[in-house]
Amino acid sequence: MAALTPTASATSPAAPPPKEATPAASSVRRRSRPRVWRGAVLVLAGIYFVVPLLASFVFTVHTPGQGVSFEAYTGILSADGFADSLLLSLGLAACTIALSLLLAVPALVAVRLGAPRLGPVVEIVCMLPLVVPPIALVSGITTVLGWGPEYLSTTPLYQTFIVVQNESFPLVLVIAYTVLALPFVYRSLDAGLRAVDIPTLVEAARNCGASMPYVILRVVLPNLRSSLAGASFLTLALVLGEYTIAALLGYQPFAVWIVTISGSQAQTSVAVSLLSLLIAWALLMVLSRAGARAAAGATNPAPGAPTSLSGKE
Amino acid sequence: MSATSTLPGGATGPGPAAAPGAAAPGALVEFRGLRREFGPTVALDGLDLTARPGELLALLGPSGCGKTTALRVLAGFEHPDAGEVLVDGEDITRVPANRRDAGMVFQSYSLFPHLNARDNVAFGLRVRKVSAAERRDRAAELLGLVGLPEHGDRFPHQMSGGQQQRVALARALALRPRVLLLDEPLSALDAKVRLSLREEIRRLQLSLGITTIFVTHDQEEALSMADRVAVLNAGRLEQCAPPAELYERPATAFVAEFVGTMNRLPGQLTDGGRVAVAGVTLPVDGEIPRSPAVEVLIRPENMTATADERGTATVVSASFFGSVTRVLLDLPGGGSVKADVPSRDAGALAPGVRATVRPADRPVLVVPAAAGTGA
Repeated sequence: MAALTPTASATSPAAPPPKEATPAASSVRRRSRPRVWRGAVLVLAGIYFVVPLLASFVFTVHTPGQGVSFEAYTGILSADGFADSLLLSLGLAACTIALSLLLAVPALVAVRLGAPRLGPVVEIVCMLPLVVPPIALVSGITTVLGWGPEYLSTTPLYQTFIVVQNESFPLVLVIAYTVLALPFVYRSLDAGLRAVDIPTLVEAARNCGASMPYVILRVVLPNLRSSLAGASFLTLALVLGEYTIAALLGYQPFAVWIVTISGSQAQTSVAVSLLSLLIAWALLMVLSRAGARAAAGATNPAPGAPTSLSGKE
Repeated sequence: MSATSTLPGGATGPGPAAAPGAAAPGALVEFRGLRREFGPTVALDGLDLTARPGELLALLGPSGCGKTTALRVLAGFEHPDAGEVLVDGEDITRVPANRRDAGMVFQSYSLFPHLNARDNVAFGLRVRKVSAAERRDRAAELLGLVGLPEHGDRFPHQMSGGQQQRVALARALALRPRVLLLDEPLSALDAKVRLSLREEIRRLQLSLGITTIFVTHDQEEALSMADRVAVLNAGRLEQCAPPAELYERPATAFVAEFVGTMNRLPGQLTDGGRVAVAGVTLPVDGEIPRSPAVEVLIRPENMTATADERGTATVVSASFFGSVTRVLLDLPGGGSVKADVPSRDAGALAPGVRATVRPADRPVLVVPAAAGTGA
C-alpha cells in the first residue's frame, strides 16, 4: 500500500531537511535504480517484439514502386485454401480442446479428491510432452501408423489406423495435439484446482444429496471456469500455430497453408500470420481480464459488504 | 435430555411449527464398535456412543482423538473398518453420503463460491428437483431463520465468515435432515462472533428439535452448548455425560484433566478409602489405585489459599477472572498449585506473599503417580 509506505514525500513540510540520508530516502534511491532498469528492459523487449511486427505490417501493405495497398488483407477471405485450412484448424482445435479437457479434468479432480499422493506422478506425465521434440512425436506416429501386415487389413485396429488418417479430418492430428497441449491444460487446471477447496465443496455438495456427476457438473466445473477457458485458449493458440507435425504428416491446416502460400503470395501469407497473432493476443487479453475479474471478485467484497473475511461480522 | 423440554420460552426464536426445518423429528444415532485406521494410526478404536433424539451431543477431545472421523463416518465421507452406524435403528454404514439424511456444516467456509446465498441454501432442493418457486420461498425462510433475510443475493466472497457459516447452517437445514452435523463450525471465527453464533445454533437446535452432533476441541463451547458431552481420547470414549456431571464427576483421570483445570498433588493412601494430601485427609472418589504412590486431582475452585506469614506456599502470580482470581502458588517440596479465591479476598495474595493452601473437604479423584498427563 503506497499510502502506508514511509517515503520522502510523506515527511512533514515543516520538518528540517535531513543532513544525512535517512533510511527512507536511501531506500527510495535504491528503489529508483531498478525502476530505470525495468523501464530499459521493457523498452528493449518492446523493440524486440514490435519491430518485426511493424516490419511485417509494412511488408504487407507496401510494395516497392507501387505504393501502399491493403490488398493483402482484403484478399484474405478469397485466397485459395484459406477457408478450408482455417476451418480444418478450428475443427481440430475444437476436438483437441474437448479431448484434452475430457482427459485432464476427471483425472485431476480424481487425483485431488482420492489420491493426492499421485499428484506428482500425474504432473510429470502431463509435462513430458514439453521435453519430447515434435519431430520425435511425428516419427513415432508415422512408425505406428505405417505398421500393419497385410493379413491385419480387415481388423478393427487396421481400420482405425486408416480412419484416423482421413485427409478431410485427420484425427491423428487431434491425438498428437492433445499430447502437445497436455502441459498447458494441466498447468491451467492445476492452478484452478489449487485456488478452490475442491474436496470440501464436493463433500458439501454430496451432503446436499448430489451424485458425483452432478457435483462435477454443477460445483466443480463452474468453479474452474477461468481455468477451463485458459486451457481452451492456450490449446486453440497451439493448434492454430502448429506446423511441424501437420506438415510432416502431410496435412494442410492453417499454419501449413500460411507457409505453403508464402512462396506465391508472400504478402497474404504474412498478413494472415499477423491477423492470427492479433486474434490470439486478443483472446488471451480477454482471458486474462476475465481471470483478473474473477480473482478480484473472489477476494474483494462488493461495495457495502463487510470488508473482513476473517470471520468478523 | 429432550430438546423440547429445554426450549427456553420459545418467544426468542421461531417455534417448531414456524421453523422451516422443523418437519424432521430428532433421530436416535448410534455408533457401535466403530473402528477406523489410517495406516498405522488408529483414529477410532471401537467407539460405542449414542446420541438421543433431539439432543445436542458434543464430541470433545484433543487433536487426533477421532472426533472428526466419527462425524465423517456418520456423514458418509469415511467408511469404518469395523462397526456400524445406525440412525433410528437403521444401519446406514454402507449408505452413500448423498443418500444419508444428515445436514453438515463444515469447519472451513464451504459455500459454493459461484452461487449466491439463496442458491447455496437452495442447492439441495435443486438436487431434489423442488420447483423454483418453492426453492426460492424455502431459501428465503431459512435465510430469515439464521438472521440473514437481506443477504440472498450476496455471494460468499461478499460475506463475512460468520455470515457464511450462517448460510452454511441454513443450507444444512434446507433438506430437513434427521441429524445435523457440525464439524467445528465456529473455530475459524473471532471470539465475539463465535459467542453469538454459538447461542444462535443452540437456539435453532432447540427450536427445531433436531438431533445434533457437534465436534469441537473447545471445552467451553462443548460445555456451554451441549446436552451431553462425549470426551474422546485415542479413538475411544472416555466418558459421555451432561456438562455438569462431566466437570464434577469425571470418570477418568484423562477427563478430569482435559475438562477444566486440575491440580495434581502428591498424596498418601490411608485406611478407610481416604487419602492424605496437603495436610488433610480426604475421602477418595471412585476407584482406589493399588499403587503405593498416588496423586490427587483437585480443581482450583476446591482449593483455598489464604495469606499467612507462617504458610509454606508462595504466591507466584494472580490472574483476575471477574468474580474469582486464580492464584498460582509454589509449594515447598517443588511443584505448584492453582487456587481460585473470591476476587474480593485476593488483594492480600500478591506475588511473593507466603500463604497456606488447603483442599476443600470433599471426595477427590486419585490416580497412580506419573499416570496420565501433567497438570
